[in-house]
Amino acid sequence: MGNTTLRPQTAPAGTTPIEVDEHVIDVVSDSGEGAQKCGQSLAAIAARSGNGIWTVEIIPAEIQPPARSIAGASGNRVRIGRNRVTNGGDAADLVVAFNDQVLAGRVAAGELKPGCIVLLESMWRDDPDPAIAAGYVSVHDALVADGHPVYEIPMEAECLQIVADARRGKNMFVLGLLCHVYGLDTELADEQVAVALAKKGAAVVETNQRLVRAGWQWAAQHLDVHFRIPATPPKQPQIVVSGNTALALGVMASGMEVCAMYPITPATSASHYLSEAFERVGGLVHQAEDEIAAVNFAIGASYAGKCAVTITSGPGYSLKQEAIGLAVMGEIPLVVIDVQRGGPSTGQPTKAEQGDLLSAIFGSHGDAPKVVLAVADIEDCFYSVITARKIAEAFNMVVVVLSDASLANAQQPFQRPQFDPEWLAPPIDQSPVPDGLAPYDWDDRTGLAHRFIPGQPGGMHTLTGLAHDRDSKVAYDPEVNEDAIRRRSLRLAAVARTLRPPTVTGDQDGDLLVVGWGSTRGAISEAVERVRADGHRVGALHLKFLQPLAPGIGDILGRFDRVLAVENNWSDRSDDPIVDEDNRRFSNLAWLLRARYLVDIDCWGQVRGQPLRPGAIAHAITARLDNERRTRR
Amino acid sequence: MTLSVTECLLAASREHHDLDDYAGELSRWCTGCGDNAILAALQRICRDEQLAPERTVFVSGIGCSSRLPHYMKTYGFHGLHGRALPVAEGIKIRRPDLDVFVNTGDGDCCAIGTAHWIHAIRYNMNLTVVMHDNEVYGLTKNQTSPTSPRHLTSNTTPRGAYLEALDPVSTTLAVTNVSFVAQCVDWIPELVHDVISAGFHHKGFSFIRILQRCPEYLDGHFDQWKSDPERILLLRHEDGVEPSPELSRIYRNQIVHDPADLRRAQEIASDRDPIPVGVLYRNDDVPCYEDTRRADRHYGPAEIGQALEAEFDRFAIRPANNNHDGGGR
Repeated sequence: MGNTTLRPQTAPAGTTPIEVDEHVIDVVSDSGEGAQKCGQSLAAIAARSGNGIWTVEIIPAEIQPPARSIAGASGNRVRIGRNRVTNGGDAADLVVAFNDQVLAGRVAAGELKPGCIVLLESMWRDDPDPAIAAGYVSVHDALVADGHPVYEIPMEAECLQIVADARRGKNMFVLGLLCHVYGLDTELADEQVAVALAKKGAAVVETNQRLVRAGWQWAAQHLDVHFRIPATPPKQPQIVVSGNTALALGVMASGMEVCAMYPITPATSASHYLSEAFERVGGLVHQAEDEIAAVNFAIGASYAGKCAVTITSGPGYSLKQEAIGLAVMGEIPLVVIDVQRGGPSTGQPTKAEQGDLLSAIFGSHGDAPKVVLAVADIEDCFYSVITARKIAEAFNMVVVVLSDASLANAQQPFQRPQFDPEWLAPPIDQSPVPDGLAPYDWDDRTGLAHRFIPGQPGGMHTLTGLAHDRDSKVAYDPEVNEDAIRRRSLRLAAVARTLRPPTVTGDQDGDLLVVGWGSTRGAISEAVERVRADGHRVGALHLKFLQPLAPGIGDILGRFDRVLAVENNWSDRSDDPIVDEDNRRFSNLAWLLRARYLVDIDCWGQVRGQPLRPGAIAHAITARLDNERRTRR
Repeated sequence: MTLSVTECLLAASREHHDLDDYAGELSRWCTGCGDNAILAALQRICRDEQLAPERTVFVSGIGCSSRLPHYMKTYGFHGLHGRALPVAEGIKIRRPDLDVFVNTGDGDCCAIGTAHWIHAIRYNMNLTVVMHDNEVYGLTKNQTSPTSPRHLTSNTTPRGAYLEALDPVSTTLAVTNVSFVAQCVDWIPELVHDVISAGFHHKGFSFIRILQRCPEYLDGHFDQWKSDPERILLLRHEDGVEPSPELSRIYRNQIVHDPADLRRAQEIASDRDPIPVGVLYRNDDVPCYEDTRRADRHYGPAEIGQALEAEFDRFAIRPANNNHDGGGR
């Protein structure tokens, strides 16, 4: 106990809060101790106060990991900022841990900043099991030795004064602590507890509100940790949802009526919410017997009705490839959502990676042109599905929407959407087909054709996955086959004609352009701003459409001396001894852009199962720029 | 497109369909192929029932059987190998107004599509499923199928098939929610028509296995049954099929089998000599998935908008009602 120098028992009177622009706060516990609810509530209170927030779930891979285990950390990371927050940020500024072992796991994973403040449940120090007590002391002492201010807090003992089972109370006690540390309003906390626990009844709400106040008071009496993150109260109503819920809301708002799926992490929570809510807008979720059945079911529903959707993750996407080719061949509108995870094979089901871009674009055998777009943040999850449905039905194409595990369970407030009937799919056409019109009456210029839907008199034909002519008759003729492939391909050019050139943020020309796609948008632009603050001329380009690519990208690339693709997927490291320019494997987007624009694009990425951090990206950018400067000299 | 709704309805009501109205392309099956008998029966059923061609969909997978939709003049969906059933389910889920038939083969249904077959029985959607079983792969040119008899020589089993055949009828009868199972042989066209028609009239998943000849790769395979009517066991019942007097004069080996009797059906199902033909099992009380899911409700923009607003309310963060700036109190 001799070296636990930072265990103040009373807060110095009148401590002035330290004003900071942002803090990253981790709350970790064993599974089932409620750290996630604590983190989410903290985020909601901060958001209502007017702070920018971003939350990331900390999820163990197992359903019931052993208690007090390094791999068992469950909880939430909350990034609270003065301004809008666009990503999970770097490492934690403050961590609350319900036991030493889950904390040790976070330390080992490099999740704590140097000097990160630690609020630690102290009950383990006096545990009757000497191994546990020793483990606690060892973790504690190591943290102190590393320079972390560690505050030992008797959470269990304090909670037992209010509830019989502290496992069901600690999270709210901690919420109260954190409200005090960050100067958040306890009335807002009371309201938040009432909202979060409304289903459990007034008595439970009241008990939890007492726990929150107990935590707040304990902190007021014992802690000298006090921060203030300035906030601007929001003027517009906002909603806060996870990326997966936003995708599901997008499905509902797009007017689609059928979602066919098979359970797969990390996509399934979108279907959980849809299963509950979709019927309220007249839709339904069909849980199929497998991924292949799910996509074929969606294709059947689309063929005879409005565009349908199937939601999956990488392994499921691989299984659906043949059917996606069928939808391409038959020109059946279809939305496929792939919430990517670590791959290949079963890979890292709960972890973030952007490894499916090329399989989304080039997957399925033969030439199977489809639209591929990626979501950039939580709000974008919602609107992208609406856009995807529109494109699918306007062009009779498959539209793949790529999200990933870093957005799936992350939360961010955004402006409450204003429902627009234009979002919805129109009723299906059941009018007679005029004489002489063929099911594949491809337009010469755009390749677009009508879609005849069962029920339309005069439109009878057999849709086939075989090569076919305008009448949908099986075609063995070389001319007909090539002509049909040409027209299906033309539709991608037609989609491209509807896209606007993307915009560059940061510098519009200069030393380096960082190009990214999908969930890394926030982290990349934050990194670019940091590097620009150091005097570099750097721009950021985020691509929403990956196929077709928007016009004007080539010009943008040409305005910068160098281009760096930054992605959460694998690229060979140039400094590996046997890697050279002839055999280096590039990151997904780098392959794509190099082929399209004949620009010598470099790439940087990580496959650590975590979202890319702005600090790591900034470091990579700086290293590239420094390297460039050295080579020039 | 210029017809009014009333004109359309009038046009539909006065339209009478004869057999030609259901005839698509000329079939490309081999001479003597049992698929032709199935096609003829299906066209007759469409005519007898006066199905509107635009409201009828034939869905198939891949294989000789699965070319059938091309030979109909209705809507058709010729999809992927093994995947006809999920496509048909997807069509039916929001379009219960359409009559949906599925044509699948022994490879399509009992090999690559097995998972979908088993689960389709359980969903019990109102589909008429005809399984063309010639006990061999034809389109890929003579390979052993799951229903091929043991010792059958083929391009993949030149020394004879190693395994006993899978019995699709027994298998179907063993699955939860089974509601209609029938069997027939292609060389009794009248009965092919009657069992498929009984399946069509059954509301639920009607599984009809037709044993059919493949003159190209299994020539003579069914000759011993075809040449001896005594080796056909005709299952008759007022709730199943009742053979005509003419048919009864030829096929005298008959028993009365109540299709409500699942245990008896399971006993009969795996018999191969004589081959039982007729309706083995029928249960009208099994709920259909599309009814359980009440999937035919269609919501307008006003209803969807209102429901969405309620969802947004659930996730709303109301701005705090005073000027909290995040500072301490």
